[in-house]
Amino acid sequence: MASNQSASLDRKKFFGDPIMVTTIVVLIAFLTLFILYPLAILLVDSFVTDKGFTLDVFRRIMQLSSFRKAITNTLKVGFLVGIASTAVGLLFAYVEEYVKLRTKFMEGLFKVVSMLPVVSPPFVLSLSMIMLFGKAGIITRYLLHIYDNSVYGFWGIAIVQTLTFFPVCYMMLKGLLKNIDPSLEEAARDMGASRSKVFTSVTLPLILPGLGNAFLVTFIESIADFANPMIIGGSYDTLATSIYLQITGAYDKEGASAMAVVLLCITLLMFIVQKYYLEAKSTATLTGKASRARMLITDNSVKIPLTILCSIIALFVIMMYICVPFGALFKTWGYDFHLTTKWFVQVFTRYKGFKAFKDSFVLSLIASPITALLSMIISYLVVKRTFRGKGFIEAVSMLAMAVPGTVLGIGYIRGFSAGVFRTGFLQSIYGTGVILIIVFIVRSLPTGTRSGISALRQIDKSIEESAYDMGADSLKVFTSVTLPLIKDSFLSGLVTTFVRSITAISAIILLVTPQYLLITVQINEFAEKGAFGIACAFATILIIITYSAVTLMNIVIKRFGTSRYEGE
Amino acid sequence: MAKEKKGVRLENISKIYKDPKTKKNFYAVHDVSLDIEPGSFVTLLGPSGCGKTTTLRMIAGFESPDEGEIYLGGEPINALTPNKRDTAMVFQSYALLPHYNIFDNVAYGLKLRKMDPAVIKEKVTNILKLVGLEGMEARMTNQLSGGQQQRVALARALVIEPGVLLFDEPLSNLDAKLRVTMRTEIRRIQQEAGITAVYVTHDQSEAMAISDKIIIMEKGVIAQMGTPQEIYYHPKSEFVADFIGEANFLKGKLTSVSGSEGTVDIGGNAVKVVDLKDRHEGDECTLVLRPEGAVVADKGQLPCEVILSCFMGNYQNYHVMVGDDLVKITDFNPKNKKIYNVGDRAFVAFDPASVHVL
Repeated sequence: MASNQSASLDRKKFFGDPIMVTTIVVLIAFLTLFILYPLAILLVDSFVTDKGFTLDVFRRIMQLSSFRKAITNTLKVGFLVGIASTAVGLLFAYVEEYVKLRTKFMEGLFKVVSMLPVVSPPFVLSLSMIMLFGKAGIITRYLLHIYDNSVYGFWGIAIVQTLTFFPVCYMMLKGLLKNIDPSLEEAARDMGASRSKVFTSVTLPLILPGLGNAFLVTFIESIADFANPMIIGGSYDTLATSIYLQITGAYDKEGASAMAVVLLCITLLMFIVQKYYLEAKSTATLTGKASRARMLITDNSVKIPLTILCSIIALFVIMMYICVPFGALFKTWGYDFHLTTKWFVQVFTRYKGFKAFKDSFVLSLIASPITALLSMIISYLVVKRTFRGKGFIEAVSMLAMAVPGTVLGIGYIRGFSAGVFRTGFLQSIYGTGVILIIVFIVRSLPTGTRSGISALRQIDKSIEESAYDMGADSLKVFTSVTLPLIKDSFLSGLVTTFVRSITAISAIILLVTPQYLLITVQINEFAEKGAFGIACAFATILIIITYSAVTLMNIVIKRFGTSRYEGE
Repeated sequence: MAKEKKGVRLENISKIYKDPKTKKNFYAVHDVSLDIEPGSFVTLLGPSGCGKTTTLRMIAGFESPDEGEIYLGGEPINALTPNKRDTAMVFQSYALLPHYNIFDNVAYGLKLRKMDPAVIKEKVTNILKLVGLEGMEARMTNQLSGGQQQRVALARALVIEPGVLLFDEPLSNLDAKLRVTMRTEIRRIQQEAGITAVYVTHDQSEAMAISDKIIIMEKGVIAQMGTPQEIYYHPKSEFVADFIGEANFLKGKLTSVSGSEGTVDIGGNAVKVVDLKDRHEGDECTLVLRPEGAVVADKGQLPCEVILSCFMGNYQNYHVMVGDDLVKITDFNPKNKKIYNVGDRAFVAFDPASVHVL
């Protein structure tokens, strides 16, 4: 009964479509070369030495007490940040979805909070944390008259990361809460449960997998974060910074590779649990849409405390962001509060600011359309086509999400500095803008692909089939049907990649050569030196650029987006 | 209107799927052979999972057959992708392109064929007139009702003048009244365009109303092929009899046969039957009795007890027990007829010609 005719016919049809075949081959080659290979080379580096296969390298780094310390530090921070971000995110999501607070002010606050993580460079909060609460911090020194407060270390990292990552949890949990059918909770109320009982016995159990999911996502983000521990960590090293120091300070490439493998294993494990266990579970319990609108809580005993708590946190975060442009406007932070434009002027006169912005801007601008298009193609293939190698493409492009930037950076150094497998092949891209662009692409590919996949899942398969049936080949179907229908996703992929690239640092800092000046690297350098005026001036301009890009995207989507087709 | 009507021939077509739960292969379509005349309207009818849609999608090229060959207009088309096949499909969900207006939706296939814009405009205008959507060219698809969307889908398929038009349950998303109007429309347009049509549905009345020929499928195989009348009056199996219309089944044994006539013993009652073919004395058999083919009366072939009697306006609905078998009877135009009540003992009476022997 197992006849292979259909398989061979499908193959014939498949190979009769050269554009598709070429696209797939190129994609697989790209993913293998720039995601799998650099990770594989790390494994090889850390296990294989002149003496053959060995665990020596691992033994050596595990004997470094600083490295053992870094592992526990990383996990401790990750754990705390995961819990704190999820809790704060849940608070915001709950207030937004359940509590009646329809004032313009609160709506504005929530919008800003959800927008900030998208537009802000990763280390902005660390900068302002130091400027507000450090030794020369405005709040600590001038309001509270504490002169020796140290924000460096565990608490500094934890607070900054929580404030950086909780908006992600907020957005995730908001989606889940929205999908809870209000009649479930009303039924519980009706049977006599108090509001807090409803929350603990209905709402919470329903979103429990979602909470786990949010926790792991922030956990991964936290342990992969390089920029914040770098600036505010002080002597408190995490894995990401240890790896960086191991290669830039100790020039120990094998050791750094082995450390990178350790970090990768942790994130990968978390990622697998999150992706294949919790993500499926968190949506499975909440299928379908709410049947009707939820009766919002108007009870003041619930409303007022929750609203105040949210406002305080939101205002605190906003204050921290506002602190950055002011940092750039004061003569000497902490000592001389006369307004000045000298930092902005110096950015461009003394510190080659123009070149830095041009380099960052151009490289990111090149990476964005490539990434957006690539992720749309991958999503199309994954959702709408069946072919051998599809699982590979999907898995590898998602895998990139679990790879910390630092690990990728080390992988690229080891993998391309002497060419692929030290053969000199592709060595010419090392140290050039090309490899930076490739890093940008790889770093943003998973987000773009994920948004493309979920957009495409919404589209009835038969719409594309109908075009195919009318006589369009796969390229034509993609350009005339698929792409126009997921235009929003494409546009947001474009801007997200741009923003992520122009604010990226972790992998880039390991790969950039003096030939290129990148804003983020500059900010990092000046912040390290304690030159906050210059660092803030750079950061302010960067935020303006990213904010403009996102605003522009929202206008374009509103004007030309696919939402126009929806509704009766 | 079509350039050339094409016939479709399926030769021993099979499609194997893997059951996602048991991981076992099974035949979704098994050894289906059929010949569709050019210009005819053929319906694949059956319950869900019978393989009708899979068969249609194999003709369109979305699925590849595991065994057998499909011919379109005499040419084997197994290895052709859907865009290379001279077929056009009308989808259940209409599948209109939401980012195009009506004109661009209908013109899509013509533009792919690189036709002159003036010709495209003329063709689209003509076809929209045929489906009754004149003047709606500039509307977006979400500004149309379900019925109108289906007309656009039909126009889009017709305008490229395919050799064969394929319909995948096109009316199942419409409300009952509109379904009846649209099926008449589809039939009219198909006749006017003179195009070969293959239609898939699970709605037997739709199939009867629209088709030249019905193919009933059951578990991947063809259960019966024929005109609507052949299938209704001469079903080959209980499945077919039950699927098309309603049917009562009475088990019995042939006690005498002479030529095409004979007598069947049903629970001790002798019932005369006609139209026998190749039947012998002593054969077990089943009588198929349509509810409208019998009445409840004071005299008749089979004694019964009434267990349900319900006035429906245009008919009286009876459920009666004949021995241990439930028999449903619809007695049309009950005005001025004797009405039997629950508990009454009576007889089921019918003309031997309205009984079909299985």
